[in-house]
Amino acid sequence: MTIYIPTPLRSYVGGKNAVEIEAGTIAAALAQLTEANPELRQHLFTGEGKVRAFVNLYLNDEDVRYLPAKEDTAVRATDTLSIIPSIAGGTAR
Amino acid sequence: MSVLRMPRAVYDALRVHGEETYPHECCGALLGEPTAQGWRVATAARAGNTRTDSAHNRYQIAPVELVKIEREARRQGLEIAGFYHSHPDHPALWSATDFAEAHWLGCCYVITEVAQGKAAVTNSFLLAGATEEDKRFEPQTIQVEEARTESRPA
Repeated sequence: MTIYIPTPLRSYVGGKNAVEIEAGTIAAALAQLTEANPELRQHLFTGEGKVRAFVNLYLNDEDVRYLPAKEDTAVRATDTLSIIPSIAGGTAR
Repeated sequence: MSVLRMPRAVYDALRVHGEETYPHECCGALLGEPTAQGWRVATAARAGNTRTDSAHNRYQIAPVELVKIEREARRQGLEIAGFYHSHPDHPALWSATDFAEAHWLGCCYVITEVAQGKAAVTNSFLLAGATEEDKRFEPQTIQVEEARTESRPA
């Protein structure tokens, strides 16, 4: 599968905007990605190993949080996984 | 101070967007290329504000919209360089909410004050730092590039 890396994290994968990984599930793909690029781990996961709250994962155009099997969802070679940090703000406190 | 460069058309477009959505906040993404001098924006992509419950003082871009914006950026050979939003009747300075919810390290956050429906000051802040724990906003200079006019023989 192809994992698309957002602008802020590209420096941790050699400047690439996408990484090809062979894995059976989303979780396995992320594990491979962070094993190969250990500095990525702290940006994607909490100390307890959960995906950080502001990190959105999209399998193709589907939010992984709402997939029945979530990160254990099986993936195919043609699938794409987008890592998208959230965007929000405003004048309210 | 770092510099954010963008064409006049993009600068004007993001300010007009803020006027169009007034009194609500507008938002969108800036697509561009990294250069040795910092980001050079080539185009802006408008996004919907999903905070319809409090659109006058909050904004949020749906992640799935960002997935699509990023796909379009890749198609054009560009990257997400940053984001823009407006502050209706509020200074063009980052707020505590802007800072808490900023996670695109190394990217630019452009804010336009829209006063009584008219775009006023536009500022840019670079989200500097290496991690979420040491991030900080640094003010940037916005360098607006005027369109080149070709001279024609009389």
